[in-house]
Amino acid sequence: MRNTLNNMALPVFAIVAALGLFGVFVALNGVNPLDVWVLLFKGAFGDWFSWQNTLQRAAPLMLTALCVALPARAGLVIIGGEGALVLGGLACAALPMVVPLPANIVGTAAICAAGAAAGALWIMLAGALRQYRGINETISSLLLAYVAIGLFKHAVEGPLRDPASLNKPSTYSLADGLGIGGISGSDIHWGLVLGVVACVGLGIWLQRTASGFSVRVVGGNPRAAQLVGLPASRLILAACALGGACAGLAGSVEVAAVHTNANASLISGYGYAGILVAFMARHNPLAIIPVAILFGGFGAAGSLLQRRLGLPDASVMVLQGMAFVLILASEALRDVDWRAVAARLWRSAGPSDAQVAMGDKVA
Amino acid sequence: MSHPSFNRRDSLKSIAALGMAGISPLAFAQKPLTVGVIYVGPRDDFGYNQAQAEAAAEIKKMPGIKVVEEENVPETAAVQKTMGGMIAQDGATLLFPTSYGYFDPHILALAAKQPDVRFAHCGGLWTEGKHPKNVGSFFGYIDECQYLNGVIAGHMSKSGKIGFVAAKPIPQVLRNINAFLMGARSVKPGITCSVIFTGDWSMAVKEAEATNSLADQGVDVFTMHVDGPKVIVETAAKRGKMVCGYHASQAKLAPQAYLTGAEWNWLTAYKTVIDAAKSGKPHPNFLRGGLKDGYVKTSPYGPTVTDPAKKMADGIKAQMIAGKFDIFKGPLKDNKGNVVIAAGATLKQTDLKLESMNYLVEGVIGSF
Repeated sequence: MRNTLNNMALPVFAIVAALGLFGVFVALNGVNPLDVWVLLFKGAFGDWFSWQNTLQRAAPLMLTALCVALPARAGLVIIGGEGALVLGGLACAALPMVVPLPANIVGTAAICAAGAAAGALWIMLAGALRQYRGINETISSLLLAYVAIGLFKHAVEGPLRDPASLNKPSTYSLADGLGIGGISGSDIHWGLVLGVVACVGLGIWLQRTASGFSVRVVGGNPRAAQLVGLPASRLILAACALGGACAGLAGSVEVAAVHTNANASLISGYGYAGILVAFMARHNPLAIIPVAILFGGFGAAGSLLQRRLGLPDASVMVLQGMAFVLILASEALRDVDWRAVAARLWRSAGPSDAQVAMGDKVA
Repeated sequence: MSHPSFNRRDSLKSIAALGMAGISPLAFAQKPLTVGVIYVGPRDDFGYNQAQAEAAAEIKKMPGIKVVEEENVPETAAVQKTMGGMIAQDGATLLFPTSYGYFDPHILALAAKQPDVRFAHCGGLWTEGKHPKNVGSFFGYIDECQYLNGVIAGHMSKSGKIGFVAAKPIPQVLRNINAFLMGARSVKPGITCSVIFTGDWSMAVKEAEATNSLADQGVDVFTMHVDGPKVIVETAAKRGKMVCGYHASQAKLAPQAYLTGAEWNWLTAYKTVIDAAKSGKPHPNFLRGGLKDGYVKTSPYGPTVTDPAKKMADGIKAQMIAGKFDIFKGPLKDNKGNVVIAAGATLKQTDLKLESMNYLVEGVIGSF
């Protein structure tokens, strides 16, 4: 418990520091920082509307963050979740065109499974290229994302296009029964539940099961893992597949809950935003949930900030950037023994007084 | 409407609105119309979004109007949340979600839940009987201005090769490319237009590459249909080529190279929609117009445009404004040799056939 609290204290401190710095930044631009802080809170968590706004924005980020976090625990830096997401969305929209599906929850499960499978295969491809051909997985997954987007556009504008979609090329829309709706009448769709379940489930898998532990061992020291007889390649591919499946599922959910068909609007950067979320969560699936909600909150708050204060959209990017850099920088403070630091400061209090006095003279 | 009399129910409503939106008590006397404007890109992109923002800046000056704006809103659930926020948090009752992709499913999803809010979408997708009455769409026949761009380009080009950098091969874009080439051919019949599709609306690097590649092929006058023409205008000017603008005026970016441009004049549509909302008239569902109706306009001529070029373009423009000029008339062949409009046939601007255009006319070098 104490350990968890310690783990949380640093990022919270970093976010507070980022908010403080952002206050200075907006003050320099002639905006009252107090207004900004109040609006940030109101926009993200102020009332039920804001909460719905935040949670809906957070839902896809949880799944795309898992696409980075799981391979990372197996020692791979995969940043091509966007590719898995768009192909997942495409597979989800394409399946009913190939196979007749019942327009109910079974059909919905089938299209979601199709999306997850497409995403899993795509990220496994990056993992396999590294394991068997020695290709750097960071670069290959990023480049594969561009290939995926190219394939997506080709399919949507070519063979899978609904001819009625004139100026916005799209696939045929899903039948009504296949869509994913809101949770008990709210605007938040079931994708949020899928995201939370995936984060919790995979968190437990990594923490509490033998295979999850093996993945972490492979990620920690592949040589040692092989020495004790762990099937490193298979475990790495499994981690890639699970991560890719999450991103593919995110694509399916976007299609089934929001867009109703696959079109270029799906390529909106959720896969790349997931990278930030995963790194801020230190690749811990459970930590992804609050971090994704924080990012959703940034988006929701940024929306209100623009409308009320006329600040440009870039201002929220500045805040996100500050938070990201400070959280990563705060990692350097993680293993500091604060008591020892305090004691040292206490001891050196005398000399530092002298320094201050000298500083006065110079000034 | 001089002194609205208050009954208790209205007062309660106003108090509720006061609590929700945090309007000052002054708003009791004359409730301003809150208008929300949503952009898919940055407001200062020298292109599609700037053209909308220029109209929004004008309506801000109108009395009794409060404008809330948000830029860089993607065509995802985010735009539904932005529209919802403008309604719930800012009290907006009229929204201008300006990107084409906002319409289906986002505006349609929200419009069903918010029957008292008016949605004015830019792009011309509203269909009678299919879409709700509180939604409408407006658009302009900007191919008229692209035709005039072509006339100027035809006069100014020395190489006989003009170029078009386009985003996607969709009907709206194809119509602009064809109009540009036909305008140029009305001056010099042998002229050709090379087209490169970049694949998406904002692809700065590909747009620069396309411009350079066309310049290498001898193209000396450029125009485009992408969201932000800035990169193309600047790259073409740097290569010593001439350029006709699109969406908004890019004259500031390259004063010497800029010849003229096809600009939107969205203020006309914005005003029509706002006037209807203020007077309580039904929401205008389908608004279209060209030069004649003030939906589009041309940029002022650049310093290098010659007098014969100006004279011819002005002549055609006057005919267009008088409603006596048709761009698409037969006989017309596509660039594969098929007849697309038979001899003697004329397609008026309002003809729906033009909205599903799927060909490049003879003289356009390119395919999709």
